[in-house]
Amino acid sequence: MNIIQKIGILLFLVAFLIFTLMPGLNKFTLTEDTLKISNEHHRTEVLKLAKEKGIIGKEQGSNIAFIKDLKSVLLTAQNNLNEQFSSSPPAGVGEWDFKMADWQIKNYVRDSITESGSGWVTKNPMQGFLLTFGLGILGGLLFIIPKFAQPAGIKNDGIYHSSLTKGLQFGPKMFMLLSTIIGVLIYGYKYNNGNLFWPLLTGIIALIIVGLVFLYEKEKLFNPPRSASVVLTGWLGMLFGIYLVGFYILLYWAPHLITNWMTIVSPVSEFLSGNKASQWFLYGLMYTIIVLVMGIRMISKYRHNKYQMVRTASVMFFQTAIAFTLPEILVRLNYPYYDFKNIWPLNYSFFFDYNINNLLASGNLGIFMLVWGIVLMLIGVPVITYFYGKRWYCSWVCGCGGLAETLGDPYRQLSDKSLRAWKFERWIIHGVLVAAVVMTVMVLFHYFTGSASILGISSDSLRGWYGFLIGSAFAGVVGTGFYPLMGNRTWCRFGCPLAAYLGLVQRFKSRFRITTNGGQCISCGNCSTYCEMGIDVRAYAQKGQDIVRSSCVGCGVCSAVCPRGVLRLENASGDINTRADEMRTIHISEDQVGIL
Amino acid sequence: MHTVIIGNGISGISSARWLRKLSDNKITVISSESKYFYSRTALMYIYMGHMREVDTQPYEPWFWEKNRIDLLQEHITKIDFNKKTLQTKNGKEIQYDQLVLALGSKPNKFGWPGQDLNGVGGLYHIQDLENMEKYSPNLKKAVITGGGLIGLEMAEMFHSRNIPVTMLVREPSYWNNALPNEESAMISRHITHHGIDLRLNTNLGEIVDDGNGTACGVIVKETGEKIDCGYVGLTAGVSPNIGWLKDGPIETNRGILVDENLQTNIQDVYAIGDCAEMRNPLPGRRPIEAIWYTGRMMGETVAYNITGKKVSYDPGIWFNSAKFLDIEYQVYGEMPPQPAEHHQNLYWEHDDGEKSIRIVYDKNSEVVLGFNLMGIRFRHEVCDKWIKDKTKIDQVLQDLSLANFDPEFYEQYEGMLLKKYNDQTGKNLTLQKKRKLDQVLKFLKVRS
Ligand SMILES: Cc1cc2nc3c(=O)[nH]c(=O)nc-3n(C[C@H](O)[C@H](O)[C@H](O)COP(=O)(O)OP(=O)(O)OC[C@H]3O[C@@H](n4cnc5c(N)ncnc54)[C@H](O)[C@@H]3O)c2cc1C
Ligand code: SF4
Repeated sequence: MNIIQKIGILLFLVAFLIFTLMPGLNKFTLTEDTLKISNEHHRTEVLKLAKEKGIIGKEQGSNIAFIKDLKSVLLTAQNNLNEQFSSSPPAGVGEWDFKMADWQIKNYVRDSITESGSGWVTKNPMQGFLLTFGLGILGGLLFIIPKFAQPAGIKNDGIYHSSLTKGLQFGPKMFMLLSTIIGVLIYGYKYNNGNLFWPLLTGIIALIIVGLVFLYEKEKLFNPPRSASVVLTGWLGMLFGIYLVGFYILLYWAPHLITNWMTIVSPVSEFLSGNKASQWFLYGLMYTIIVLVMGIRMISKYRHNKYQMVRTASVMFFQTAIAFTLPEILVRLNYPYYDFKNIWPLNYSFFFDYNINNLLASGNLGIFMLVWGIVLMLIGVPVITYFYGKRWYCSWVCGCGGLAETLGDPYRQLSDKSLRAWKFERWIIHGVLVAAVVMTVMVLFHYFTGSASILGISSDSLRGWYGFLIGSAFAGVVGTGFYPLMGNRTWCRFGCPLAAYLGLVQRFKSRFRITTNGGQCISCGNCSTYCEMGIDVRAYAQKGQDIVRSSCVGCGVCSAVCPRGVLRLENASGDINTRADEMRTIHISEDQVGIL
Repeated sequence: MHTVIIGNGISGISSARWLRKLSDNKITVISSESKYFYSRTALMYIYMGHMREVDTQPYEPWFWEKNRIDLLQEHITKIDFNKKTLQTKNGKEIQYDQLVLALGSKPNKFGWPGQDLNGVGGLYHIQDLENMEKYSPNLKKAVITGGGLIGLEMAEMFHSRNIPVTMLVREPSYWNNALPNEESAMISRHITHHGIDLRLNTNLGEIVDDGNGTACGVIVKETGEKIDCGYVGLTAGVSPNIGWLKDGPIETNRGILVDENLQTNIQDVYAIGDCAEMRNPLPGRRPIEAIWYTGRMMGETVAYNITGKKVSYDPGIWFNSAKFLDIEYQVYGEMPPQPAEHHQNLYWEHDDGEKSIRIVYDKNSEVVLGFNLMGIRFRHEVCDKWIKDKTKIDQVLQDLSLANFDPEFYEQYEGMLLKKYNDQTGKNLTLQKKRKLDQVLKFLKVRS
C-alpha cells in the first residue's frame, strides 16, 4: 500500500465516522410551520399542548430529545381526543377523522422532524454532503486508483488473512444467523400489531425446511460443518455486518432517526426531481455511489479480463441510469416513478392495486410501463435467458446483483459450498417463489373480484407480511448485511424469487453452460472458493463435466481465477445435456479393457 | 478382498475412487500427511491467503463414508510382502490383499552445506507450509534455489506478502530445460518485472549458519557473494519418496519399477503416481512423470488392473499447464525446449510480450505435433484431436479458432498467427472457422 492509498483510507474512515455520527449532529426547533399535521382537529389539539409545554420555538440539541418531546405531546393529544370523543362526540365528524391513530403519530413525528432541523446540518447541507459522501468518494478513489499501476492479474492475496474478509467461524456465524431470524420474527410480531399468525407461520415453515433437509434428504447431522475462518473469527467483518444490519433496520423501520442523512442529500434530490429527499432517495443515491466507486475497484482488480470489465460497466450503467436517475426524472415530469429493469417477482409490488391504478392513470406512458413490465416478465425473461442464461439479468443488469458484484466482491469466497447448503438453497428459494406467486394471485384476485380474502386469509395482510419479511428483512437486512457472514449473494442465492424463475429457465431450457477444458483441472479449488453462489465448480471441472446449474449467475469469476484455464462460459444450442453428463477426464474406454 | 492404498494424493485417491466404481472391495487409504485428500497443487494459495486448507479438499468429509473408503492417518514404516501386512509407526499391523503404493515425492537435496538448518525448506507437504509460516513474520528476505515451477510458486508466495525474494537459477534463462527459448525469456522478463530478483547462471554454494542452527544467508557458488536472508527455499526438483523401501524385496531404481499394468515385481503390489517408474516407458515419454494428470490416469488404470481387467497404462498425448505469476501456460503434444531436426516452429508473440502461440509441426509431412501457449487458453480436446488425427498445419491454422478457449470478449490472435505463417510461406490461407461451441462440438464428433 503506498502513501496515497493510506491517505485514501484515512479520508474514507473520517468520512465514514462523520456519516455515522451525522444522525445525532443537528439541532431541531419545532415551529407552527414545521409541525406537519394536516388534520385540523389533530393539529389544533397538538399545537395547543405544544405551546403549553413550551416546545414551540425551543431548540433541541438532538433528534432523540426532539422526538421525545414531540411524542409525549402527541400521546397526550391522542388521549385528550379520545376522551373528548367519548364524552362529547363532535357533530358531523367521523370517528377516525377526529381520533388520532398510532400510525398517524408515527407519520407526524417523521414529517415534522424532517422539517424542523435548525442546526448546522440543515443550514449547510452541501457541506454535510461533501464531508460525508464527497470525502468518502475521494478517499475511496485515492485508495483504488493506484491499483491500476500494479501488474494486472488475479489479486486475491491475503483475503483469508484479513479480519474484514475472512468470514466467521461456525459458532459466531450461527449465532448471528439465528439471532437475526428470531429478531426479525419478534419485530414482525410487533410490526403486525401483536398478531401472531404470520410470524408463527413463518417459523413453522422455517422448521419444516430444516426438517426436510435433515430428515427427508437424509443429511447427516454429524457431518462436520466447515467454518469460514480456521482459527479466528474475522471481527472486523462481523462489525461491518452488524453495521449494515443496523443501517437497514433504521432505513426500513426507523427513518425518523436518520433525517439528517436525508437533509444532506436533499440538494441532489431537488436538483433531480425537485423534491426533498426521502429515505428511499438517500438509499438510492448511496447505492449508486457505492456501485460506481466499488465498480471502479472491481475493474481495477479484473482489468486483465475483458468479460469482467464489460460486465461491471454494465451493472454500473444500469444502476446509475435506469434504476436511479431515470425514475427521478420521470417524477420531475410528473410521471410515475418507474424502474424499467425491475421485474416481477423481484418487483413484488408491481401488481399491487395502487401501482396498477397509478400506471393506468398516467396516460400512454403509464400504460406502456404496465405492458412493458408484463412483457418483460412473460417473454423477455424466458427468451433472453434461453439465449444467454440468467446472467443477462443477474450479473449484468440487476441492482441487487450490481451491489453484490461491486461492494460484495471482497466477500464472494464466504458462500457455503457444502451439499447441505445447496439443499437449503433449493427449498428456500423455491419456497419464496411460491410465496410470491400465491401472494400476487391473491392480490390480483382481490383487485379483480373485490373479495378481500380467500380461505379466511386476507390478501392485504399477506402482502404486508411478504413485504416485511421478504422485501425488507430478507432482501435488505440479510441480503446485504450478511455479506461478511455468508457471502455477497445471500439474497440472490437463497431468497430472490426472480432468480428462482430465471434459474428454472436456465436449468431446463437454455443454451448457457460453463464448459471445462478436457483434463486440465488440477482440483485446486479456486473456482469453488470464489463462486459467490456456492456452486462446487471443481466437482464438475475435475471430472471434465460441463456445468449446468440453475443458480449460476454467470459472473465468470470461476473462469477468471482458474490458474489452469479450465472454465469457459458459453452459449450454444448443441448437446447441453450429454455434455453435462459425460465425464471427459475418463481416459480408459471400455473397449480398451481386456477381460481376463 | 481388502485393497490398501498408501498415499492419499491424487494418484492414491483416484485409484480408490475407481476401485469403488469397479468393485466391492474393502478399501483403506493410509497417509501420514493429512486425513483428508487435498490438492497439493493448491498449497501456494493457502499461504497466499486465497484459500483455506479445507478449500483445497476436493471432497467433503461425507464423501468417504458414503463411498465406503476408509481413511487412516498413520505412517507406514515396514511392509511384509510375504505375510501381506503393513506396520505403522505406532506398531499397528494392517493386513492387505492388494497393495497400491502411491507415495509421491520429496524435495531434492543435493548435499549443500547447511541444507538441514532451521529456516531451510522445500515445498511439497503441508508441513512445509507450516515451516514457511513459522519464519514469515518479520522476514526480511528469502532466497530460493531452483529454476522450476515450484521455485517460482514459492517466490510468488513470499512476494505476495511483500517479502523480497532472490531466485538462484542454474540455467541461463528461467526453466529453459522445459520451455523453448522465447517463452523462457518471456517468463524471465515477467519475473523481473514483478520485482523478484532473478539471478541466472547462478548456483547455491552453501547456506550460512547464524551460530544457533538457523540459516542467516547463502553464499553464491560462482562469485562467493553472501546474500543475507531469513529463509532458504530448496526447490531443485523432486524425487520419489521411497527411501524406506530401498533395502526390501521390491525392485526400485529412482522410483518403484512397474510394468505396463503398473504392477511391481511382487504379486498384488502396484505403484502409481510420482513414486512409480515405468520399466518400459512409451516412446517420447519419460519413465517418471511427476505431474498431477499422470497420477490421476495411473490411479484409474491401476483400479482396472486390480479388479482383473488388464489395461496397459497409456497417458495419451502429453499435456500440461501451469501459471507463472500472471501468465498462464498450456502445452499439448511434443514441445522440446530445443527443436528436433525434423521440427518446424511457427511462433507468434504479442507486442506486450506476455502472450504467445507456438505450433510445432513436421518439416516434411507438415503434420502438427505440438502447441505451446502463453497467456492464451486453448481447448484441450481440440488440440488433442488434431495431433491424434495427424492434421496438417494448413488445416490447423485455418481452423485454429476452434481451439480458442479464452473468455468471451477477449481479443483473438489466430489471425495474427496465420498472417505470420502466410508471410513466412507465401501462402494465402484464411481463417475458416469461428470459435463457437457448436462448431467445436461438431468437429469433435467427427470420428477420426
Ligand atoms: C507445490 C506444488 C505444485 C505443483 N503443481 C503442479 C501442477 O500445477 N501441475 C501438475 O501437473 N503437477 C503439479 N505438481 C505435482 C503434483 O502435485 C504431483 O505430481 C502429485 O501431487 C503427485 O501425486 P501422488 O498421488 O503421486 O503423490 P502425493 O500427492 O505426494 O501423495 C503421497 C502421499 O503419501 C504419503 N506417504 C508417503 N509415504 C508414506 C508412508 N510411508 N506412510 C504413510 N503415508 C505416506 C505422503 O505423505 C503423501 O501425502 C505440483 C507439486 C507441488 C509440490
Ligand atoms: S477448474 Fe481451475 S480453478 Fe477449478 S479446481 Fe480446476 S484448476 Fe482449480
